[in-house]
Amino acid sequence: MAHPSSYEPNTGIERWIDARLPVPRLMHDQFLAFPTPRNLNYWWTFGGILTFMLAAQIATGVVLAMHYVPSEHGAFDSVEKIMRDVNWGWLLRYSHAVGASMFFVAVYIHTFRGLYYGSYKAPREVLWILGVLILLLMIATAFMGYSLVWGQMSFWAVTVITNLFSSLDSVVPGLGTRLVQWIWGGFSVGGPTLNRLYSLHYLFPFIIAGVVVLHIWALHIPGNNNPTGIDVKTARDTVPFHPYYTIKDGFALVAFIFLFAAVVFYAPNYLGHPDNYVPANPLQTPPHIVPEWYFLPFYAILRAIPNKLLGVIALLSSISVLFFVPWLDTSRVRSTSYRPIYKWFFWAFAVTCVALGYLGSQQPEGVYLVLGRIFTVYYFAFFLLVMPIVGLIEKPRGLPGSITEPVLGPEEVAAPPAPAARKVPLKRKPAEVA
Amino acid sequence: MQPISILAASLALVIALPVAAFAEEANTNHAPEIAEQSWSFSPPFGTYDNAQLQRGFQVYKEICSSCHSMRLLSYRNLGEPGGPQFSPKAVEIIASQAQVTDGPNDKGEMFQRPARPSDPFHSPFANDQLARNANNGALPPDLSVMAKAREGGPDYIYALLTGFKPAPPDFQVAQGMHYNVAFPGHQIAMPPPLSDGVVSYTDGTKPTLDNYARDVSAYLMWAAEPKLEERHKLGARVMIFLLVFVVIMYLAKRAVWARLHRHDATHAA
Repeated sequence: MAHPSSYEPNTGIERWIDARLPVPRLMHDQFLAFPTPRNLNYWWTFGGILTFMLAAQIATGVVLAMHYVPSEHGAFDSVEKIMRDVNWGWLLRYSHAVGASMFFVAVYIHTFRGLYYGSYKAPREVLWILGVLILLLMIATAFMGYSLVWGQMSFWAVTVITNLFSSLDSVVPGLGTRLVQWIWGGFSVGGPTLNRLYSLHYLFPFIIAGVVVLHIWALHIPGNNNPTGIDVKTARDTVPFHPYYTIKDGFALVAFIFLFAAVVFYAPNYLGHPDNYVPANPLQTPPHIVPEWYFLPFYAILRAIPNKLLGVIALLSSISVLFFVPWLDTSRVRSTSYRPIYKWFFWAFAVTCVALGYLGSQQPEGVYLVLGRIFTVYYFAFFLLVMPIVGLIEKPRGLPGSITEPVLGPEEVAAPPAPAARKVPLKRKPAEVA
Repeated sequence: MQPISILAASLALVIALPVAAFAEEANTNHAPEIAEQSWSFSPPFGTYDNAQLQRGFQVYKEICSSCHSMRLLSYRNLGEPGGPQFSPKAVEIIASQAQVTDGPNDKGEMFQRPARPSDPFHSPFANDQLARNANNGALPPDLSVMAKAREGGPDYIYALLTGFKPAPPDFQVAQGMHYNVAFPGHQIAMPPPLSDGVVSYTDGTKPTLDNYARDVSAYLMWAAEPKLEERHKLGARVMIFLLVFVVIMYLAKRAVWARLHRHDATHAA
């Protein structure tokens, strides 16, 4: 796409295919020879990890759907049947449930990496926007998936979240109520609600997969950002994606799966809530309704605002503000490493997100409510004040001349580009090529 | 990178300290203390103690099952690996002691027959209303996944069963309720179900309240998590495999990138 194709069809059949549907050329140019900055650190491996997690969630989910019964009276028992009577059912279900958490661990790291290194700045705005869209779709998918267990926490989470739309009653009387009843398919959360959540939970991952393709496409036009945030200048700044990043991403992926497996096998319910092992009961509200951990910061923001409608607006804004980040940040420099003032605000923002997560798990009263409000104010101030203002007043530290400079020194003679995979068979010593 | 991490750490600390202090304060107000017990089935390598599960089942059958159902379990589960592992003959006998409604038969009539291993556990009450009616308005919850449905799991169940104590003088216990140190709010509708000697153990284990509570908690954990042993066993293999895999991947990554670093060394300066 953005770089000249280096694919050479060597056999008759390759030439035949290349003239008709050049998938091998696409794969070669985009996933083997793709020039990638040589200095990407391990924070860059989460894109590959996320792709794996999406595939793993779809694979386990498709099999779980073969055994799950999406009905008011069958849902909870069918989940337990999966745990007890379906071959490897416990492994599938725990992998899927823990997988959702691990998916969010990875996506939050991926998002923070993008924020820290300024990966949203020109020419990568569309790439960033597609990423935020994926995050939104993931949030919707995870929420709907959690509801399918039809335990107490599932049921009451659906009740609380769908009821948020009723706040529209304060804009147009009756509008919110009508909308909520339309979403429920009745006058309360019930069987019809569960069926539509199930249908959409199956649909959304495939929409995510589609947007992921666009996300990768949008990545491969400008190419990767990198920890210095400066553009690739010469071929020396890059290495072919394969084998350098296939192996690095592969190592990081296996390490991530190690962590994932440890939770699945030894603490599968650690991230869940005991109340969700109590079957849904519309007549009994649990003493303390909390969402899954990955929604807690947003839940804290929702509850920090005393007015229901404004709370809902704040909740939606807390994610949609990310869409505007490419234009809110006024700095010329991408990487926070070279921004002496902004970096303080950035880490304060990271702490804010963690603190909001903790506060989301507590009752909104007393000091928790006060702290929740303080952190909510900073959450939005970071995007709406810090990003535009600090970018204008800050004097960035000096940037290196090129990506390669910190490694090889500044003098740029006509050194050959990094060894490509195809030209260096493993048996030969690289020195011969060099 | 170094100053950044120090800054982040100190910021986190500044915020975490007061928050942690408040959290502690909040804890003393709400949930009662649940002491951690040592269980044979703790991760990462734990397994169930078959004899303990059999005793726990005996306690459930003789005491708990007069009010509490376990509708997600079937009698066959009692003989499956990773559980109490009663012999097939014993499972049949246990099942046959319950009468279940089957049918309709050729004449279109429902009939009673002894339960088979494939039948689900017989519930003490036909429906929730009947259960409430027989229990002073309180509904004895189903125990199938109880060990996963409460904070603390088996520790909580043990604490609850051993937590019936005389109420402190300033504590007002409502009519028909019982004081319990582990129960949220300290008032529970269930009367103390266990006391020393109410169940006769045949394997020489001391028939004490403490042992009953411990055994039935372990049994309920198995009921809630019947594949725990399989999970721990598979987990060990998977983790060893992944550990070797991750080391190989790391070495492979180093080998591939060394090619680039040698190339750099040749061309630097």
